[in-house]
Parts: sequence; structure tokens; C-alpha cells
Amino acid sequence: MSEPVLATRNLKKAFGALQATDDVSIDLRAGEIHAIIGPNGAGKSTLIAQICGGYRPDAGTVHLAGVDVTSLSTAERAQRGLGRTFQISALAMEDTVLENALLGAVGHARKPWRLWGAVERDRSLRDRAMEALARVGIADLADQITANLSHGQRRQLEVAVALTLAPKAFIMDEPMAGLGAEGSKVMTTFLDGLRSEAPILLVEHDMDAVFALADRISVLVYGRVIATGSVEEIRNSREVREAYLGEEA
Amino acid sequence: MIAERWINWIVLLGFVVLPLWALFADEPFTITLATRAVILALAAVGLNIALGIGGLVSLGHAVFFGLGGYAMGILAHHAQTYAPLELGPLVIEGTKSMPIIWVTALVTSALAALVIGLLSLRTTGVYFIMITLAFGQMFFFFSISWSAYGGEDGLSIYVRNDFPGLNTLQPIQFFGLCLAVLCLALGIHSRLRTSPFGLALNAARQAPERVETVGLNPMRLKLLAFVISGALTGLSGALFADLNRFVSPTMFSWQLSGELIVLIIIGGVGRLMGPVIGAALFVALEHLLGGLTEFWLVWLGVILLLIVLFARGGIIGILTGKAGPNV
Ligand SMILES: Nc1ncnc2c1ncn2[C@@H]1O[C@H](COP(=O)(O)OP(=O)(O)OP(=O)(O)O)[C@@H](O)[C@H]1O
Ligand SMILES: [Mg+2]
Repeated sequence: MSEPVLATRNLKKAFGALQATDDVSIDLRAGEIHAIIGPNGAGKSTLIAQICGGYRPDAGTVHLAGVDVTSLSTAERAQRGLGRTFQISALAMEDTVLENALLGAVGHARKPWRLWGAVERDRSLRDRAMEALARVGIADLADQITANLSHGQRRQLEVAVALTLAPKAFIMDEPMAGLGAEGSKVMTTFLDGLRSEAPILLVEHDMDAVFALADRISVLVYGRVIATGSVEEIRNSREVREAYLGEEA
Repeated sequence: MIAERWINWIVLLGFVVLPLWALFADEPFTITLATRAVILALAAVGLNIALGIGGLVSLGHAVFFGLGGYAMGILAHHAQTYAPLELGPLVIEGTKSMPIIWVTALVTSALAALVIGLLSLRTTGVYFIMITLAFGQMFFFFSISWSAYGGEDGLSIYVRNDFPGLNTLQPIQFFGLCLAVLCLALGIHSRLRTSPFGLALNAARQAPERVETVGLNPMRLKLLAFVISGALTGLSGALFADLNRFVSPTMFSWQLSGELIVLIIIGGVGRLMGPVIGAALFVALEHLLGGLTEFWLVWLGVILLLIVLFARGGIIGILTGKAGPNV
């Protein structure tokens, strides 16, 4: 196997006495969907924040395409190819859906210092933004104010903004939440096709989606990875069932 | 409900018609009032770029207003006393030329905004307000103790400065000049707002973490906004000093910073013409009520309170039925 696109080594982060992530080492390889599952409060979002630069880890490293990015800012990591979606939507709520997608296009083109000329009239930015909206199926909402979208639609917009960045790796925190059964299916099909563009680190509670999509699954409990393996291996692992899946049954 | 575009044009038209009427009715004081409104509007248009688009509640914009004022005062003072300004080996001649004074005001306040921005943008919320306020107070007390330029008493300039091709001593000509500068600043605001920079800045106000995840640095965006904003407010300070032919430490006072914020809130935060409407109302009330009662600011306070409580989006918000530029 060639070098992973994204690799964490021994990541640790504590909030006071609470060890939110404890020695987490995971890889994301080209072409794969690697799902991270675990109960509420297991440390999944904290792990993502450390990968993307929101939290500085207490110990450990993050490598992107072979380069140590542990000391880089969130913006620098994004420039180097991390495309992230948030569990709790972080969008410009007063702006239109198109404007949110355009922001991604502006970031991708590194054009934030253009003070002149309407952004919506810039063909290349607009095309990139509209294409991303169309791919997740919300092109018809382009002129809506983001605050008026449903939860599920905001999820889709989150994914669209990440698409405009054409990242080396996608990091998605619960992209199915709030989508409903039908929307979930559509998103599953979409992510299935997306992995050939860039691998996806997928945090998700929707087990049907995880089992349908994941090439590999890591199980996080109390900040520790207790198992990593294929869907079959995870399903059949007694340890995992006791620690996590058992809770749901 | 009225479309915002119409409101904008009507307000601008008002600023053309009223002074022309005053000219023919021979009411020069009305022209002076209108000039005052235009200059305060320019100061607030500057602040609106930082406050309205970038969400930076600066309680220190009087710094730039005052710097612009003193740029005018100091240069004109040296010109009228025929004594050049000597800074060690550097000898600077005074000048009565507005364009040179304006460039000095723009550059000085932009540099000040750069330094103040670098230091204060590390903080947010109430801390940002406090730090910018502290800078304002620093400049205020410095100007009081700066006896070379009048200290507490300020500096009087005997004759209004010159602008090539105009007779600035004629109130209507000076008014027209100020209005032209205001229109230029409004053009800058409206271009900026729709540019890639404006989009990113506007997003940095609402969701900074989103801006970071698309690879942009929200602090740098806000810093540039702060510099542009400070420069425009600085320019307005130079014009204000020229209108009164007088500069004094009150131009640096925190009350002035506060009034600029109030103007914007009354007119409509982030709206192109919000500061203009706010400034017009402010000057009108000051003139109409100021004669009747010393406490006219109380009435301004009441209006402010009503707007904050019941009309998000200020007067433009009421007229358009839209609380924000988009929503
Ligand atoms: N900023 C913070 N300060 C203190 N504690 C925090 C902070 N962020 C997260 N935590 C705690 O760390 C633990 C891990 O939180 P995290 O959000 O990473 O869990 P998660 O696996 O994403 O959960 P969920 O499935 O609910 O999204 C939780 O106990 C949480 O309360
Ligand atoms: Mg989470």
C-alpha cells in the first residue's frame, strides 16, 4: 500500500480531567472511505478538530500527503487539501446558498484580496460554485437565504462547500444527520462515487450508511480506538459489540 | 415596502436639492448644516465597512477622525505661520492644498489603523470594543497635552484650504466637494461589498471557522477592512476640520466614536446608505432640538432605543421591511 493521504499518530487531547482523544492513530488511504464510529461523547468531533486545526493536540502528529501539518493553522491545512464539513453547520446564515458556495470557490482560487469586480459575475468562481451545488442536488436553492434551509439542506450545502475546494481528503462530521431516509440514501450514493476523487474520513451515526459505504471502520470509545477493520470484522467483533454496537441493540 | 435602491437615490437627491434650494433662498447656514451631515456621513461610511460588513464594533474610530483633523490642522498651521515643521533633519513645509492634506490624512490614519488593528484584532467581542476605546483615549489625552498644537484649546486655521479649480470659501462649492468625496466612498463600499473580498469579509463576521476551512484567514480579512475603514474616517476628519477651520482634542473623544456607531445603527448597519441617513437625522435633530433643549441627545437616545428594540435594520430596515442587506 502506498503512503496514506492522511495519517494521525498518537493524537491526544484532554479537556481538564477528561481525555477526549487518547493515542489515536488512524490512516486514510487513497480511494477509501474510512468511517469513525463511536457513542456520543467518544471524541469523534474532537479528533476531527485536531486533524483540521481547530484544536492543537496535547501530543501526537497529523500528516497530510506525507507532510507534517501538526503546527499549521486551519487555513493552511485547508490550502494543503483538507476539505471539512461540520457537525453543527458553520455557514454564513444571512447569505444566500450560492454565496456560501462562492466563498469556497474564492478560497480555492485564493482570490480574497480582490476588492473590485462582483464575485457573482466572475465566471470561473460562479461555475465552480454552481457545479458543487448541482452535484449535491441543491442548485435550485442557490438564491435562498441559508438561514431558511432545513437541517438536511444545510448538510448538503456543507458538503457542496467542501467540494468547491477540490481537496485531497474529505473530513466529514455526520453529513447524514437530519437528511431523513430518502436524503440519506441519495447522500450515500453520492459519497460512494466521491471516494474516487478523494478519500473520505467519515464520522457518522447512521449505521446503514456506514456499513454500506465504509472500506474500513475504526471504533472510538472514550477517546481510544478499540478496533479498526473491514465492515465484516467490525460487525463480528465481540469487543466492539459489547462496547458500542451492543448498546444500540 | 420600498426597494433599497430607490431609498438610496432619494436620499442622495435630497442632498443635492436641499443645498441648491438653500443657495437660491440665501440660507448659507443650511448649506453648512448639510456639509456637516455629509462629512459625518463619510466618517460613518468608513466605520460601516469595519462594523457593518466585518462586524468589528470599534469604539475607537475617533482616532482616525482626529488624525485626519490634525493632519489638516498641523499642515495648515505651518503654512499660515510660514514656519516649516522640523522633525530632526526632516523639514516639512506646511500646505494649504487639500489634495496633499487628504493624502496625508489617508496615509496617517491607514497606518494607525494597521497598528491598532494588528494589536486589537487578536481579541473579539467586548474586549475588542475596550481595546479600541483605550486607543481612542490614548490619542485624546496625548492631543490634550500636545501644547505645540494648542493642547486642550485646539488649533484655529484662519482661511479654508484650497482645492484646485474651486473657490472653497463659497459654502456651496465646499459642500459639492464634500458630497463628491462621500459619493466616492459610497462607491468604494458598494464595490467592496460585492467583491470576493467583501464576500469573504462578510462571511468572516458570520462564521469565521467556515472562512478558515476554505483556506482563508479571517483576521487578515478584518485587518484590511479596518485599514480601509480607518482611512476613510481619517479623510472625513480632514474635511471636518476644514469645515470648522478648527481642530481640537474633541475630535479624538470617545463620544464621537460612539456617535458614529449610533448613526449607523439608526440608519441601518451594513446598509450602503445607513450611515448617510443616520448622519442626516443626527444633524437635523441637533439643529432642530438643540435650539430648544440642551438635552436633545436624550431624544436621539430614545430614537436609538426604539430602533434597537423594535426595528432591526434601522430606518432602512423599516422602509424596506428587510432587517439586513439580504434577509
Ligand atoms: N471544548 C470542550 N471543552 C470541554 N470538553 C469538551 C470540549 N469539546 C468536547 N468536549 C468533551 O469531550 C468529549 C468528546 O466530545 P466530542 O464532541 O469529540 O464527541 P463526539 O464523539 O463527536 O460526540 P457526538 O457523537 O455527540 O458528536 C465529550 O465528553 C465532550 O463533552
Ligand atoms: Mg461529534
